[in-house]
Amino acid sequence: MSSVIQLENLEVRFGERVILKQLNGSLSGRAIGLLGPNGAGKSTLINTLLGFHQPAAGTARIFGKDIRTEAKAVRSLIGYMPENDSFIASMTGVHFVRLMAELSGLPSEQAMERAHEAFFWVGLGEARYRTLGTYSLGMKQMAKLAQAIAHGPKLLFLDEPTNGLDPPARARMIQLIQEIRDRGELHLILSSHLLRDVEECCDEVLILKDGRIAASCNLEEERRANRKFLELETRGANGTFTSAIEQLGCEAAAFPNGRMKLVMPDGVEIRQLYALAAEQNVQIRRLNHKRDSLEDIFLKAMEVPNGGV
Amino acid sequence: MAVFKHAYKGYDGPLTPTWSRFLILPRYAFEQMRASRFYSIFFLVTMLAPLVFALMIYLEHNLSALKMLRIDSFIEINARFFQNFLGWQSMMAFFLAAFVGPGQISPDLANNALPLYLARPFSRNEYVLGKMSVLLILMSVMTWIPGLLLYILQGTLEGNGWLIHNLRIALAIFFGAWIWILLLSLLALALSAWVKWKPMAGGLLFGVFFVAAGFGGAINGIMRTQWGNLLNLSHLIGAVWTSLFEQPMHRGSGAVFFRVHGTDVPIWCCWVSLLVICGFCLFLLSKKIRGAEVVR
Repeated sequence: MSSVIQLENLEVRFGERVILKQLNGSLSGRAIGLLGPNGAGKSTLINTLLGFHQPAAGTARIFGKDIRTEAKAVRSLIGYMPENDSFIASMTGVHFVRLMAELSGLPSEQAMERAHEAFFWVGLGEARYRTLGTYSLGMKQMAKLAQAIAHGPKLLFLDEPTNGLDPPARARMIQLIQEIRDRGELHLILSSHLLRDVEECCDEVLILKDGRIAASCNLEEERRANRKFLELETRGANGTFTSAIEQLGCEAAAFPNGRMKLVMPDGVEIRQLYALAAEQNVQIRRLNHKRDSLEDIFLKAMEVPNGGV
Repeated sequence: MAVFKHAYKGYDGPLTPTWSRFLILPRYAFEQMRASRFYSIFFLVTMLAPLVFALMIYLEHNLSALKMLRIDSFIEINARFFQNFLGWQSMMAFFLAAFVGPGQISPDLANNALPLYLARPFSRNEYVLGKMSVLLILMSVMTWIPGLLLYILQGTLEGNGWLIHNLRIALAIFFGAWIWILLLSLLALALSAWVKWKPMAGGLLFGVFFVAAGFGGAINGIMRTQWGNLLNLSHLIGAVWTSLFEQPMHRGSGAVFFRVHGTDVPIWCCWVSLLVICGFCLFLLSKKIRGAEVVR
């Protein structure tokens, strides 16, 4: 898959402070999660990709376009939902989204049509003629999403999209993001400190720590790989049972109290394990797929001193 | 309709040319202004003076009217006449800038809307140009456009090559008005960008015009000099206009509201002073108009 974002020794400084330190890497997922503790450089990375900050060294490419030399072309591909409240309080919702779509290059009529559609899609159809200043926090978040997608971008930056939302509103926002992702017409970058949001929406994750890339992994591959790892709790198992499992082609390790860990090769099914256990009079009392959750990945990344890939 | 009703859909339709997108901002601003009764009435009031001046030109060339009034000439239509017209309309433009200017950038900054503008294929320069063109268009309609129409009216009624012989007046109206409206627009936008509260930004524009003039006058009084006039926008513009209209430069020359307060300060110093003010406004705008604030 061709890369969506290519980071090439990207370094960003604010005065003497180095905020992003020689970032290198390539992101190609449909939905990319940007994770990191506060101050890790997530928002700075997004702002740099949007052209708000000039790199002190290196560069980045979005769909092959250099953010330094082709900033306008890059921004024409992007939709951006900022973290903080951003709107024009005196404008009605639909006027605001229409203005933003027109600034992205849509002719007036198309901008108006898509502004209406976007408002209906995010669930604010009835409130589209109210001024933005009267919207609740959740409605403002939805209006920000509407303006980010109305012009049909190829890449969508979502900076903390569930900030301040109550559980139903959060669920709705996550559902909309998943719908956008599953539609497959654009890529999205989701920056969040909520691991659950990233886990539910993203197939690739980039973890930043102190301005460096602490980890980068494909969650989909991790999930696929994890399906082969099993943890068993058995009663009555002995060396014979372990050898029989190994003869199936599995790698097995036995632990005290009947606990076992297995790596299943392709072609071996779980029911074969049950059949084997029945033959040998062994009870399988618990069987879990080992699940290296995003939290594990995140915590591991945070343990690496001074960042590092 | 309802492309989005069931699912998100991208856009692959036509796009507008990049160069013209800054004009979207004045279009939206005019839509909002049109909804305001205050602005509509104010704008109509600003058109009274051009009508009065046009009437004066008409009367001057209407022999039966002159005969009825038993006078040979109603008013002399010369450079001073047009300079005073420009002075009157420029003062109206100043009030317009004080009312409309602060509402241009400060709401965007107060509501943190700049990242939304600048995350699009829309640059900082285009943003400033778009916001500035709201004022430039409105003030043009109030100053040099009616000024040139009066010039053409006078030339048509006078005949005998008056238009060609007095081409200097047309150029002075055009460039004189543009200097003032550029200065006003930049001042209004810079103040709007630095003071997020609209009424305060409007008040500050009056402050720059009147308080700075008072301060300049105080410097003149205390130091027994005329260099304080460089802080007086009314003097600077009056002096520049007087040179553009090729009028004699003396204390009291210039136009109504824009009088020359002394002749000790060379005209090039007035030009430099205006350029410095414009440059400083651009510097302030470049500091404030950013997609993201940097905390060093």
